[in-house]
Amino acid sequence: MVRYITSKFLYMLVSLLILITATFFLMKAIPGNPFMSEKQVPPQIRERLMEQYGLDKPVIVQYGQYLKNIAQGDFGISMKMQNKEVTGLITDTFGASLKLGLVAIVVSLVVGVLLGLLAALYHRRLIDNVAMVLAVLGIAVPSFVVASMLQFVFAQKAGIFNVMGFNGPLDYVLPVAALAAQPIAFIARLTRSSMLEVLHADYIKTARAKGLNWMTILFRHVVRNGILPVITYLGPMTANIITGSVVIEQIFGIGGLGKVFVSSISNRDYTLIMGVTIFYGVILMLARFLTDIAYVFVDPRIKLTNRKEG
Amino acid sequence: MESILEVKDLHVSFSVRGGEVKAVRGVNFTVGKGETVAIVGESGSGKSVTAQTIMRLIPSPPSKIKQGQVIFNGEDLLSKTNKQMEAIRGKDIGMIFQDPMTSLNPTIKVGKQITEGLIKHQNLSFAEAKTRGVEMLKLVGIKNAEARFNQYPHEFSGGMRQRVMIAIALACRPSLLIADEPTTALDVTIQAQIINVMKDMQERFGTSIIMITHDLGVVAGMADRVIVMYAGEVVETGTSMEIFKNPQHPYTRGLLRSLPRIDQRKDEPLVPIIGTPPDLIKPPVGCPFAARCDHAMKVCERIDPDPTHLSDTHMSRCWLQHPMAQEVQSS
Ligand SMILES: Nc1ncnc2c1ncn2[C@@H]1O[C@H](COP(=O)(O)OP(=O)(O)O)[C@@H](O)[C@H]1O
Ligand code: SF4
Ligand SMILES: [Mg+2]
Repeated sequence: MVRYITSKFLYMLVSLLILITATFFLMKAIPGNPFMSEKQVPPQIRERLMEQYGLDKPVIVQYGQYLKNIAQGDFGISMKMQNKEVTGLITDTFGASLKLGLVAIVVSLVVGVLLGLLAALYHRRLIDNVAMVLAVLGIAVPSFVVASMLQFVFAQKAGIFNVMGFNGPLDYVLPVAALAAQPIAFIARLTRSSMLEVLHADYIKTARAKGLNWMTILFRHVVRNGILPVITYLGPMTANIITGSVVIEQIFGIGGLGKVFVSSISNRDYTLIMGVTIFYGVILMLARFLTDIAYVFVDPRIKLTNRKEG
Repeated sequence: MESILEVKDLHVSFSVRGGEVKAVRGVNFTVGKGETVAIVGESGSGKSVTAQTIMRLIPSPPSKIKQGQVIFNGEDLLSKTNKQMEAIRGKDIGMIFQDPMTSLNPTIKVGKQITEGLIKHQNLSFAEAKTRGVEMLKLVGIKNAEARFNQYPHEFSGGMRQRVMIAIALACRPSLLIADEPTTALDVTIQAQIINVMKDMQERFGTSIIMITHDLGVVAGMADRVIVMYAGEVVETGTSMEIFKNPQHPYTRGLLRSLPRIDQRKDEPLVPIIGTPPDLIKPPVGCPFAARCDHAMKVCERIDPDPTHLSDTHMSRCWLQHPMAQEVQSS
């Protein structure tokens, strides 16, 4: 167990290092920098700026310095907003994104699992068919389209919600719905097929042969096992919601990290881009790490496989 | 002998797209107290459907019990409500299945899977149920029972899991155990062990056993009586002695010929029964075995023979044994 967790943790650190390295050198490989763009900057000023950001040093030295700074939580200073630290920009805006993301994750899980379970229990009946049509739609339609439609129907036409802004709890509804639509669809399908499999499993027949009543069987044997595959989807779902939120925050005018990220790209604010990219990377990897660990706790078979290996 | 179970004229069908699969077509048999009855027959002959109908485990739809009675301890199980059946399953009738690798819930400790039934049927506390569960594990021959109690199914071999299944099925000391091909998925050496465990438990608790198998060899040392099923019908029944020493129905004889024997001579080949069972959506009007039978006569294709009783215990459904036909034959 400890071994398993340690190995997953090391794996995470290595992936992180690769991500940082790749991000760093990719940024270096892109021609140009923010001081070269639109406006002509006098050569002296440009040189001073280059010096200030360490861009005049050899790349490998810059890389070393960058790694060292990151280890101390310092992503450098924004190239566009020159009095702002990247770390500060991230921490200031991440709160809003985090709230939005967490709510979206919880909603996706609850609604997705419930929908999938109902579809499996009423296999090939009305609920199942409706749920699966919705799921196909949810998977096919990108979140920004869902967002715009929701905005149009419920904010613009019906006037139930604000079109923009992120202040009261009501302001969560539309962005969360837009973010959760796709994960809900995925989870519902995943849950449905896994519940169907469990419902037909031999051990359910064993449980019935013991004389347990259906509700006991449903909760103790069916749902518990049928939900396992959903845990593997937690990682990809986090990724989905993070990438989704970049666009959704823009659409609903939410001042979160996603919005910062988008503007950092259009500003070619390299330090900010790198900082946010790596920060997103850390979150994704953490999500994956936690998923792996969660799986061990719920599925005893995994422990054995690793005990045998180790 | 006092009978504990009587299956009377049982008909079970499945609705499928092409029509109605008549899986069980008028099955009759009884099981006495403490008796072991084997049901044998090729795959698809309706053994599992019969067994699961007794337990009322087959979902309906697609299945439908068209006709018949299953009298258990004097009461018809087919007229019980679901709730009433729950109180009988696991308590009065236990069941084990073919594949021990998939019959246990992989995410729940073995011990908990044994105690579940005990807690439900006997109102025991978990501690009491645990004592009983550990005791059951010991009885079915699992060493280190206390430690094994807290392990998961994947930490057990196939044979050990089948022992656990027996422990689960017998935990509440049911008076009837239905074992549906309990050894089919196991190695030959393990098969014998499982049979021995079942025999041992039967001696201890006086359980009646319905032992389902497609392999007559498995039942030889175990069954008091044998029921041979073919295409959803019982084609021959008799004591083990009668079936092994004096088989009458050509299908039973075919099954025995396809079985390897210890005293078999090298030049005496195993003879499999050629052909396949009939389509049960449109079962033949005559003897269902006619298409594969070496002795088939004209009458066989037209009329399904009635049971012929050769002794108090021996019955065969074949025109060859039919009193009317014998006259024709001998003349
Ligand atoms: N759920 C089902 N739907 C349709 N047909 C079924 C179903 N279960 C069993 N059958 C049919 O019933 C017949 C008897 O099956 P079964 O009792 O499982 O045979 P076996 O003797 O091998 O245990 C077979 O022809 C099988 O195809
Ligand atoms: S009734 Fe006829 S076809 Fe059927 S088993 Fe007897 S001899 Fe063969
Ligand atoms: Mg079967």
